[in-house]
Amino acid sequence: MNSAKVRLNIITAILTVVTIIHISPIVMVLMNSFKANTFVKTATFAIPRGNMFVGWDNYIKGFTFGNYPIVKAIGYSATITILSTALILLCTSMAAWYIVRVNSAVCKIVYYLFVFSMVVPFQMVMYPLAKTADSLHLSTPFTIPIIYLGFGAGMATFMFTGFIKTLPLEIEEAAAIDGCGALRTFFLIILPMLKPTLISVGILEIMWIWNDYLLPYLVLDINEYRTIPIHIQYLQGSYGTVDLGATMALIVLSIIPVIIFYLTCQKYIIKGVAAGAVKG
Amino acid sequence: MKKKKKVNDGTSVNSPLLRRSIQRMFFVFLVPTFAAFVIGFIYPFFKGFYLSFCSFVTTSNTTFVGIENYKKAFTDASFMHAFWYTALFAVVSVILINLLAFLVAYLLTMKIKGANIFRTAFFMPNLIGGIVLGYIWSMIFDGILSRYNTSILMETKYGFWGLIILMLWQQVGYMMIIYIAGLQSVPEELNEAARIDGATRWQSLIHVTIPNVMSSITICMFLTLTNGFKLFDQNLALNGGGQPFKFLEEGGVVKTTEMLALNIYSSFYGQNTSAKGVGQAKAVIFFVLVALISIIQLRATRSKEVQQ
Repeated sequence: MNSAKVRLNIITAILTVVTIIHISPIVMVLMNSFKANTFVKTATFAIPRGNMFVGWDNYIKGFTFGNYPIVKAIGYSATITILSTALILLCTSMAAWYIVRVNSAVCKIVYYLFVFSMVVPFQMVMYPLAKTADSLHLSTPFTIPIIYLGFGAGMATFMFTGFIKTLPLEIEEAAAIDGCGALRTFFLIILPMLKPTLISVGILEIMWIWNDYLLPYLVLDINEYRTIPIHIQYLQGSYGTVDLGATMALIVLSIIPVIIFYLTCQKYIIKGVAAGAVKG
Repeated sequence: MKKKKKVNDGTSVNSPLLRRSIQRMFFVFLVPTFAAFVIGFIYPFFKGFYLSFCSFVTTSNTTFVGIENYKKAFTDASFMHAFWYTALFAVVSVILINLLAFLVAYLLTMKIKGANIFRTAFFMPNLIGGIVLGYIWSMIFDGILSRYNTSILMETKYGFWGLIILMLWQQVGYMMIIYIAGLQSVPEELNEAARIDGATRWQSLIHVTIPNVMSSITICMFLTLTNGFKLFDQNLALNGGGQPFKFLEEGGVVKTTEMLALNIYSSFYGQNTSAKGVGQAKAVIFFVLVALISIIQLRATRSKEVQQ
């Protein structure tokens, strides 16, 4: 009994050390966000104090760094993520129900097209998609959800059809006999039953869209609309000297919403990831 | 698993009673998603396929050139370099990520105090996007390497292992979650029975636990493999593909740590505007490659399911 306990304690100790190392990069970013630009490169691992320490200067600079307020980028990121996820959840769950319950030849073809789209990498459609979006005037944060729905429909529909196939038919039949139409059946009966899958798919979509760089970069008019990844890449990728201290402050500001989201929805995120892996 | 699928297939998932009333709602239920799917996937996919046989600067002005673009793609030194570099990167990252993720998952399912805190910490980097991850690590690597008067941009080995470390930091947590789910579904009695029969911890891991989580292992292996092949954001942000080390006659450059996705991107949006057709041909080759991996994966998971 004692040797087993000792072993567990040793493992816990090792894991603690590994975990501290694991989160140290984030601590590093936080530390460097309080340093003057020149010291970020020369004294990356030093604690900011003395002439290195610049207080909130980097944050004040970071707020309007590159003549584009970070608040705007966070706002556009949030708008695109929320609108796209909501649209994907609503439209693909409806499509999945239709595909499973009608089950006609057309449905099967559409279903296999959706499955096929899951194995196609973004680079394959990248250039024509950007041109199509441009010619259809979809280059704003309020219209880009249509592109996300189109490109992300495959996986979401696939996950929903998998779950709907396991739902008992009797409930819907009883509703139909009682005179409940298709729309009411879907919104009052099916949608509540889909809740676990809605959460899993929602989490996966949020993680994808919030962090996505290339699709919005190619589709959006980036002088006007920038998401967080676009903004950071734009500042870093452009030539000339870059203020690293302010960049670190920018990164801290952009990570804060993510950490809040993670800590509040952790249970669902982990479930969603596990469910997505088994289905996908 | 198979049996269950059979029962739910075919007539039992739809009834004539429901079918007609749903079918009437065709335009509400199926059309919106499908219309977006046509815009966001089907049309660009076929257009891309067509463009790979054309020479063009804009999509409205194209000349058909047959398989010329494919010939150029296969003889493009930067593309071939990116291919081998990506393959090497994918193999190394698959092995390391899965070994570490399984190890962490195994330790965390040993009834350790505070397992939840460890899990939370390990998964966290997954919520930070590839671009931000790249800049976090380029700061750290340059902080170390500047002491030796070099940088992540300067040397191929630093670019390679730097990207591996970055990917480990991000993906070990993700794969760990999948392994934990797999490990938790192994009945405890199996390991207990093995222990009573005199198996050591190591023996029961090899002969009892691992065979029972084979499906998780297959999923994670292929997930990391396709992630490795499709990697773009991290590659771009960490060092932008590294230094050019060879200049090609057609105006392209071979970059030391440039991967396939970034190479395709540069063909489209780089300096050489006449290379777009070749870029699209590369994209088609890339698609075939990734699709092949996915089909092999599907086969592998299917055959595992039958065995159980």
